[in-house]
Amino acid sequence: MDEAGDGFQGALDLFLRQALGAALVGARRLSGGASQETWAVDAEQEGLSRAWILRRRPGGATDAATVAIPLETEAELLRLAREARVPVPAVQRVLAAEDGLGSGYLMERLEGETIPRRILRDDAYAAARPALARECGRILARIHAIARESLPPLPLAPAEAQWRQYRSVYDGFDRPRPVFELAFRWIQDRLADGSPSDAGSAVLVHGDFRHGNLLVGGEGVRGVLDWELAHLGDPHEDLGWICVNSWRFGNIDLPVGGFGTREDLFAGYREAGGAPVDAERVRFWEVMGSLKWGVMCMMMCDVFERGADRSVERAAIGRRASEAEIDLLALLAPQE
Amino acid sequence: MHDSPVAAQLVTAVREFLEQTALPRLEGHAAFHARVAVNALAIVERELALGPAQDAAERERLRALLGGDGSLAELNRELCRRLRGGELSLGTPGLAEHLRETTLARLAVDQPRYSGYRRALERKEADS
Repeated sequence: MDEAGDGFQGALDLFLRQALGAALVGARRLSGGASQETWAVDAEQEGLSRAWILRRRPGGATDAATVAIPLETEAELLRLAREARVPVPAVQRVLAAEDGLGSGYLMERLEGETIPRRILRDDAYAAARPALARECGRILARIHAIARESLPPLPLAPAEAQWRQYRSVYDGFDRPRPVFELAFRWIQDRLADGSPSDAGSAVLVHGDFRHGNLLVGGEGVRGVLDWELAHLGDPHEDLGWICVNSWRFGNIDLPVGGFGTREDLFAGYREAGGAPVDAERVRFWEVMGSLKWGVMCMMMCDVFERGADRSVERAAIGRRASEAEIDLLALLAPQE
Repeated sequence: MHDSPVAAQLVTAVREFLEQTALPRLEGHAAFHARVAVNALAIVERELALGPAQDAAERERLRALLGGDGSLAELNRELCRRLRGGELSLGTPGLAEHLRETTLARLAVDQPRYSGYRRALERKEADS
């Protein structure tokens, strides 16, 4: 896992020495696909141990197959979010072409937990849990309030654009699923109902604000991670996405991440200066979220079937598309 | 006609081997993937046990709902076409019930412990 095959360790050590006066102690690959890597970097700087994270794309270019924003943009968003008092890791340095490491950035490595079941069940987070939904609301209000004119160029992805995108991916599979068809139609019939579709009213949306991307400590949220799906859009999208049942991990009656109520989420949002929340619009985005998750499961099944990833994990996740179906039915055709 | 042990029995034997013998000796990534493999084989076991009757019932419902006949795949394609065009909707008698039955059947195989499935089952039992 530690080899990157392009003189990576040497280039990293040189970069750390030149840019930060630090010496590399070790680098461990954490995750990432073929085009993007995340590394835990340990270094020594002025006699102190430093824990950093390096996100990079070795080739430099953005993978055309993904909708992920360039890493330089991600670094800029982290800087803006920090200014807006959103808990995020501090960016140490953005990579330059002459560093020979591709595109990317180095940031501080925060301590905390991202594994949902631990956050929802371990005693260490018992005190933090009741306040988490409200805190998420406050954080989202701050993200959505970041001034448009300060933002780097970002894709505009209102509801209609996302509906089109996922409709086209789903159609490409030619695997008819009646519940998804029903949901696509339901969303289509409501596209005009109040989503900011013009560039003027769209705000910065995190795009993947949910378990896994929230680093939590005993006192609450320490870091909002993974900004690669950030875009301009409807603020209700982030509020709906964190309510998708798949991210409640069994705590079905606590809609916000399995730890809180919508009332607390919305109260936190207002408390931090967020615009009034349209609960119906949040539900609309929860439907969109469940449908997107279902189509993503189909995408992962497709990756498996085409042989791009033959892991059992990738195969099995295809069978999670049905969880999106039961959640969509509960939203669209609730039983008394 | 194949001999005993039949496919379902072989899959169960492999799943039990993985779970009881192999898994305790594994750690890290290998243990994680072995657990995923155990879950995948459990899906296969449930599909072998429940699938044929579920498919037959789904086809029956589709024939009644659509007023036509065809293979399960053809009937589902036709249902999707009508839903997409708005010809059928949640206002159509029997549609919601059909979708619920079909989805419950899928989850009974794919993920019987899923919270949304457990909740839908409770609601269904309370109704009847």
